[in-house]
Amino acid sequence: MNLFKKLAVGAVTSMSLMASAAYAQVEIQWWHAMGGRLGEVVEEIAAKYNASQSEYVVVPTYKGGYEDTMTAGIAAFRAKQQPNIIQIFDAGAATIIYSKGAVVPVADLLEKYAGGFDSTDYIEGVRYFYADNEGKMIGMPFNSSTPLLYYNKDIFAKVGLDGPPATWEELEAMAPKLKEAGYQALAQSHSPWIWAENFMSRHNLPLATANNGYDSTDVKILYNTPELRMHWTKVKEWLDKGWYGYYGRGWGDNQDAFVQQKVAMWLGSSGSFGGLTKSAEFKFGAAYLPYWKSVVDEPTSTFIGGAALFAMAGKSEEENKGVADFLKFLTNPEMQYFWHRETGYVPITNAAYEMAKADGYYDTTPDAEIGILQLTQKSGEWTKGYRLGFYVQIREVMYKNFEDILSGKASVEDAFAAIEKDGNALLARFHDTYK
Amino acid sequence: MKRVQFEHSPIPYLFVAPQLLIIAIFFLWPAGQAVYQSFLLEDAFGLSSQFVWFRNYSDTIFNESWLQSAWFTAIFSTLVTFLSLGLALLLAVKANEVIRGASTYKTLLMWAYAIAPPVAGLMGNLMFNPLIGDMYHFMNSFGYDFDHKLHETDAAFVVILISVWKQVSVNFIFFLSGLQGIPKSVTEAATMDCKSPTRRFWTITFPLLAPTTFFLMVTNITYAFFETFGIIDTTTQGAPGGATTTLVYKVFQDGFRGADIGGSSAQSVVLMLVVLVLTVIQFRFIERKVHY
Repeated sequence: MNLFKKLAVGAVTSMSLMASAAYAQVEIQWWHAMGGRLGEVVEEIAAKYNASQSEYVVVPTYKGGYEDTMTAGIAAFRAKQQPNIIQIFDAGAATIIYSKGAVVPVADLLEKYAGGFDSTDYIEGVRYFYADNEGKMIGMPFNSSTPLLYYNKDIFAKVGLDGPPATWEELEAMAPKLKEAGYQALAQSHSPWIWAENFMSRHNLPLATANNGYDSTDVKILYNTPELRMHWTKVKEWLDKGWYGYYGRGWGDNQDAFVQQKVAMWLGSSGSFGGLTKSAEFKFGAAYLPYWKSVVDEPTSTFIGGAALFAMAGKSEEENKGVADFLKFLTNPEMQYFWHRETGYVPITNAAYEMAKADGYYDTTPDAEIGILQLTQKSGEWTKGYRLGFYVQIREVMYKNFEDILSGKASVEDAFAAIEKDGNALLARFHDTYK
Repeated sequence: MKRVQFEHSPIPYLFVAPQLLIIAIFFLWPAGQAVYQSFLLEDAFGLSSQFVWFRNYSDTIFNESWLQSAWFTAIFSTLVTFLSLGLALLLAVKANEVIRGASTYKTLLMWAYAIAPPVAGLMGNLMFNPLIGDMYHFMNSFGYDFDHKLHETDAAFVVILISVWKQVSVNFIFFLSGLQGIPKSVTEAATMDCKSPTRRFWTITFPLLAPTTFFLMVTNITYAFFETFGIIDTTTQGAPGGATTTLVYKVFQDGFRGADIGGSSAQSVVLMLVVLVLTVIQFRFIERKVHY
């Protein structure tokens, strides 16, 4: 037999094997945006699920970043080739939820096929973000993180600072000392997320009309407020004084500045914890996101960031059953604890959190608990989340104008007026498209 | 008198058919889709849509950020085309005169041709990284506060530098072969008539290179408009404050990142028209001055 024939025979045999395997088990396609180490953990989760039962096979596929994954899902849906499960990030939630008929609410799926659903099983901070205005979960929070402050303990000890700042006022008091020792005090990744959205949540301020956008698409943003303008006036001052280092929009570029000990503190995500333990060659700690004492006496909890899993519509009942079964598996305490430990993302159920506590995980790594503690801090009227359309573009508008503030091209007043104007124009456009 | 009439054979049509099919599938059909989509307000998943005439155009074209990127695209493509043609021509003329080690020079100059724009962008991004980038520190060593993460002109400098660097070698190859195509007898005769090499270059060599230059100008403008996307995406991503967003990058941001299909279709239709007009201008007014 020559080589070609051998190959052909091999291909036919393996194809028929695959076909028979697929015939026996229902395949569940899962498109996700988790690269690198996170992607490996996703593969492990799928492998664990597939080994745990024989009815369904979950096939995870990495589709690039959050936006790429959403675009791939949109294109596939339009071609009627959509996956069963797709991971959609916070800023894309409105797009998929308001496209009527694109997804099946996960609460309905679990109710119908997995023996019930109770939203109070989930920790308070994640319960509402991907839910509708009545609290029904549309997407299942998957990788949930929240902004935290990381600080370099070695630098703090060297400079003679006791602990991380709880408020921005305290940070301002620490910054001159750090500067004198040759360090920038602060860097920060993702300014719209941390210094606009979560700023509002931390100080219990509304960020949009119509119940932060949950009640209607006819909505206007409320970012142009004295509190947020004050904050950005301060940020510009910090930059000019050399207290704050701006390393661009890239998440990693700002994190690198912290890892390379150019800056003493960095605002990142609770999900950054796992990566930092590997890359930082110094002792570091995690702390709550600071707040302005001048704005509130006691801060409220932050939003979750990250992404959720959505069950796409147009699938057979058998496959939807599999999706529900898998989501149930994914949210069981063992899997959530595994995900939490491996990645640093918060566990989304109370049971998983209790399990991590009982296991003594936080006794050995107390910093890993900071994110979930912050999410379970006192909640307020405006700490549930937000639902705003074309939010990717609105974040782009914010980035643009924040950069204009920092570079001195625009005054804080002008920049926020531009954010309000352009943001509201986008929201009006979204409303007309999705009404 | 009997007119000579050749019998029409279907064979020529068969020969062009594959090409026509390719144009139809990969250009006409998507372009038609873009025009159609540009008149619709449609949700991302295509579940509901309304016909809105020119709403997408009025929403997305004549606003500040689009005009800013149109302006940047104009400056950017002019500079990239002019600089990469100029540098490549200079290098080609000089390399053509080198006698010792000529092939080494040429190989080194052509080398960058093999690099794809996104790779060039990634390399440039590393070189201009504020923490580890040598170029960043070099630029700052003159006492000027170079910061392409915040200063618009610095960011524009970075993307233009990388785009030109990447394109010079392509142009170099064409110019060099163009130069080598000029008959020796012509240059020798010119040398006898005129002593000044600069004058000889502008009166003899450059006009003879005109067809190559024209061809390269057309391809370089297209490069600056479309292919530099990869460089921008891997370096500045349009920042700071939208200062390095080209029109193509904006289409990508709104359509592929932001799921606004109608708006980005309207923008791409306008972009298509702009390129069409540019091409017509090039062929009608500039090509007339070219002698083949």
